[in-house]
Amino acid sequence: MTALNQTSGQNQTSAPLAAGFADPVQDAQRGFRTIMNAMARPGSLQALATGGLKPPAPLTPVVAAIALTLFDYDTPVWLDVPFARSEAVKTFLRFHTGAPIVSEPVEAGFALIADPAHLSSLGKFHQGTLEYPDRSATVILTGQTLSNEGPVHLSGPGIETETAFSTGPVSLAFWDQVKANNAQFPRGVDLIFAGSAEIAALPRSTMITVREA
Amino acid sequence: MTAQQKPLDEGEYNFAYLDEQTKRMIRRAILKGIAVPGYQVPFASREMPMPYGWGTGGVQVTASILGADDCLKVIDQGSDDTTNAVAIRGFFEKTAGVETTFETSKASIIQTRHRIPEKDLREDQIIVFQVPIPEPLRFLEPRETETRKMHALEEYGLMHVKLYEDIAKNGHIATTYAYPVLVNNRYVMDPSPTPKFDNPKIDKMAALQLYGAGREKRIYAIPPYTEVKSLDFEDYPFEVQKFDKPCGLCGAENVYLDEVILDDKGGRMFVCSDSDYCEERREAGHLGPMAADPNAMTLAGGTSDQHSEEPAR
Repeated sequence: MTALNQTSGQNQTSAPLAAGFADPVQDAQRGFRTIMNAMARPGSLQALATGGLKPPAPLTPVVAAIALTLFDYDTPVWLDVPFARSEAVKTFLRFHTGAPIVSEPVEAGFALIADPAHLSSLGKFHQGTLEYPDRSATVILTGQTLSNEGPVHLSGPGIETETAFSTGPVSLAFWDQVKANNAQFPRGVDLIFAGSAEIAALPRSTMITVREA
Repeated sequence: MTAQQKPLDEGEYNFAYLDEQTKRMIRRAILKGIAVPGYQVPFASREMPMPYGWGTGGVQVTASILGADDCLKVIDQGSDDTTNAVAIRGFFEKTAGVETTFETSKASIIQTRHRIPEKDLREDQIIVFQVPIPEPLRFLEPRETETRKMHALEEYGLMHVKLYEDIAKNGHIATTYAYPVLVNNRYVMDPSPTPKFDNPKIDKMAALQLYGAGREKRIYAIPPYTEVKSLDFEDYPFEVQKFDKPCGLCGAENVYLDEVILDDKGGRMFVCSDSDYCEERREAGHLGPMAADPNAMTLAGGTSDQHSEEPAR
């Protein structure tokens, strides 16, 4: 297996496999608390400690920390084209998490998106069922620039009154897609936005209003 | 009680007892629970070194969120020093070596059996409930397949019939604990057997609420500031219990009181169920009508010279 990866690894880094968490127990716990806080307070920016990860590009330390915190052999993972093209990324995820990498979006528990501007739809991921809404996918958008200003206003569980939020790059239709996704509550996917050092989340329970400035 | 910061016993248990794969599974369930407030997420509950019914659900949730820098408070019916609270606090002191406290405001995680502290919780706190029967419809409909469908279709008429029958029989809604609530205007949820006195605290609480049911293998959650409505009727609005006397020891009003039997001649008093709240008030100089009673003094513990088990933490 490793020999195969070495030979086919046409990526710039022919270096040995990047290390995982230095302290798997505490690093994963810190990562999880950050993700949980983000999910419980939609749109809030939460600094994520990456535990010194240096994953192969296009994986970033923040995305790798999320993956190592949440993925394991129980969570099929779907990768978009830039991630799926990188053998180094797949090897890193397979080795450290054991998560099966699937080719059909609908089979995935988690989706990693390297190029959110070209994410065609959220509807292709598992939406959960009315009886088991927890079976839906969590979609992780990477390379985001997050801010608490902008035309998008969030309200609902986890938000005291209302919070402004913006993120990018995303596709033009993105906010319409998120609105449609959240309108089917309790079904729908949950989103995690990964920035360079911080994350934010947008669960399906959030109400979204876009106001033109 | 010995030193707080014990070194971890290498090679015995993982931090906070659970293995990492189990924690990840529970963590994913918690995230889905937060995303769908009030919906019961099934999870692969593990056997814990304590029997079902002793808070194994709450313990598994706490073990999965707990970090080395957390400060843990455990209460059982509002009190820090009753059996269940002592056992669970000791469990985490031993397996995680975390700091523990009796003080509500000092804790970052509060695990509770059936009470919510009187003091308002903050945004940076998390409250973990131990839940025996998570399904509010279970005693009305025993089949899981049916209750699942009822939640899916938002079919909660049966619950209203039950509350109506209460009124028909008793003249008022006689449910006093595990009083059903509607979360975020979608899911009917069992707030665990807390007295209905605590229901208003669940509504728009600043802290994150996590609920764990070990035997029934369910986790659910209420994010901060979520709207939680206790079910009622327009002509029979929801009401909490009222007490006609203040706390016997600290004189607090508008708190939940426990009855304590003092002797075999009918002597009794009503005291705060939240022991930390009561102690803090007495330290601040508040005295209730029974505070001078010698029988009550022995119960009050730290205020008199006997009982050196003063929980000074």
